[in-house]
Amino acid sequence: MSGAGQSVAASGPGAAVDRSIAVAFEKTRAEGRALLIGCMPAGFPSVEGSIAAMTAMVSAGVDVIEVEIPYSDPVMDGPVIQRASDIALAGGVRTADALRIIEAVAATGAPVVTMTYWNPIERYGVDAFARDLAAAGGTGLITPDLIPEEAGEWLAASDAYGLDRTFLVAPSSTDERLAMTVGHCRGFVYATALMGVTGARESTSDAAPTLVSRVRAVTGLPVGVGLGVGNGAQAVEVGGYADGVIVGSALVRCLLDKPDEATGLTALRALSAELAEGVRTVAR
Amino acid sequence: MSAPTVPASGTSSPDGAGHYGRYGGRFVPEALVAALDELDLAYRTALTDESFQAEFGAMLREYANVPSLLYRAERLSAEIGARILLKREDLNHTGAHKIRNVLGQALLTKRMGKPRVIAETGAGQHGVATATAAAYLDLECVVYMGEVDTQRQALNVARMRMLGATVVPVTSGSRTLKDAMNEAMRDWVANVDRTHYIIGSTAGPHPFPAMVRDFVRGIGVEARQQCLDLRGALPDAVAACVGGGSNALGIFHAFVGDDDVRLYGFEAGGDGVETGRHAASITGGSSGVLHGARTYVLQDSDGQTLESHSISAGLDYPGVGPEHAWLHDIGRARYAPVTDAEAMNAFQLLCRTEGIIPAIESSHALAGTIKIIPALTAELGREPTIVVNLSGRGDKDVHTAGEYFGILDGEQA
Repeated sequence: MSGAGQSVAASGPGAAVDRSIAVAFEKTRAEGRALLIGCMPAGFPSVEGSIAAMTAMVSAGVDVIEVEIPYSDPVMDGPVIQRASDIALAGGVRTADALRIIEAVAATGAPVVTMTYWNPIERYGVDAFARDLAAAGGTGLITPDLIPEEAGEWLAASDAYGLDRTFLVAPSSTDERLAMTVGHCRGFVYATALMGVTGARESTSDAAPTLVSRVRAVTGLPVGVGLGVGNGAQAVEVGGYADGVIVGSALVRCLLDKPDEATGLTALRALSAELAEGVRTVAR
Repeated sequence: MSAPTVPASGTSSPDGAGHYGRYGGRFVPEALVAALDELDLAYRTALTDESFQAEFGAMLREYANVPSLLYRAERLSAEIGARILLKREDLNHTGAHKIRNVLGQALLTKRMGKPRVIAETGAGQHGVATATAAAYLDLECVVYMGEVDTQRQALNVARMRMLGATVVPVTSGSRTLKDAMNEAMRDWVANVDRTHYIIGSTAGPHPFPAMVRDFVRGIGVEARQQCLDLRGALPDAVAACVGGGSNALGIFHAFVGDDDVRLYGFEAGGDGVETGRHAASITGGSSGVLHGARTYVLQDSDGQTLESHSISAGLDYPGVGPEHAWLHDIGRARYAPVTDAEAMNAFQLLCRTEGIIPAIESSHALAGTIKIIPALTAELGREPTIVVNLSGRGDKDVHTAGEYFGILDGEQA
């Protein structure tokens, strides 16, 4: 692995604060394995229910929790996360609730990264959100519909509050854009494994390993791979070349498909444990 | 009249990254940036490519019935106390200004070597236009339409299928236009190497707002010359309805540099902006990011998109093109809401005075025009001349209007 042994200290001004998710990546790198990130929409199936779900994921071995702030128009999400977001919004979840959830999950000791479409943040106020996210113990933001060219306010606010910035790179990104985008990232880089939206697939993408090595060619930052990972075997496979394995829809489906919350949580724990086992049995 | 072409951009153009002041830009997944760059290059090349312009111009003339007439509506004028000139986009093939945009984008799709187009549609008009252009230029076509709209607009679903398109009902979110747009965006992310997304308005990420505007701005170029030919002077005002805003920008753009020509955009006020049940993004919304651009959006205090309401399906959208947001903020164009009831009164008036059944969308432009006449007359000290964009015909609205007026036999609404 080309990135092994390199420093993962964050790049850019105001970086290298303790809260950075880079610390968690250093730990799993030292253990010779990939880090597992599990995603769940805030407020799904309810505010308390999502805290219970995320806590269950942590106790079953998920290293980092990605809290997605539900949004009415989630263009990067497939049907599973769309349905969960709709349920959360119909239940009346607010941005302030998402911050409360982030705080509760961060209190378990697991690092929390937040995934959000841009309009809820713009509406909250970029600086105010960065301030409140830092106060809640969040590490930073994954921004699926914000590219660095439009991110001026967020670059300033994340510097001011020492938050990580994770922009996405895609198989279609040119070398020039990839280097520019990665240059604005702090904490880790999110590589979208395939051209498409979130959702587990039968097989993982051929494009992902190539994309990961393209990212490694321009940065020492850890690289997480998301889109399409849904089971232990796929976690083993992706963990073989990426620093982080990101799973969303498959975990969310555990709660969507089950008749009640207790059954859902049992399924969620089981899949979390299977994925955690996967990232720990990686041959690297 | 000179041949219609893709005109070079006029005075109100965005910066290189698609910003109109603080509006516009690109708020999209990284996966789409390469495709947007490819499109931007193809579109910029087409602007100055004589063979593209010649082909586009020929398609508009020989297939789409463009240039459309500028018609002196004398009985209407007498009725409402102003000289009204109607830009008859309702006479275009497929019944609205939208054919100009889809032919331009479909031709660009061919130039980019892509075999497939997708589109979102609300009422179905843009979907029908896209299916038409796809049939005409031999492209595979998939149209995303909110499930609620497929039921409300069953005839247009049938039209699209007759034209060979696949119609996909969208069951996510509010199951209307905005969700159809989300789903089209998701399809595009997944199939971008062989697919072009024909956005139906001057909305979306750069370069769509500028590109769509340039494909439809012939409306204003024609109207401006036609008005000069007819009256020897420019009009005092130009009026259009505004949903996403393509017909309005289409007719405004050539007049933006004419300081004495007032530009009026009329938004769908639904039950009244004060009721919260409306689609007036500029007069009743706030700045936000939706569908790839920063613009005025109907949203709650958490930035969640609110559902819009209008009797006109074509205006029933919770956002607006970023160029309108900018024209509003700099004061170059004025925007005001028109209620369902006001629009339907204007609809009936045009039917009875001119024998023209307008689209309910275009009826908003007429209704708004009627409202501004007293103040404009007082300001000018004479009867004003107003060009109104009759952006579409009302065939598609006969059922809605029939129910509204309670004139459907055996089916009292």
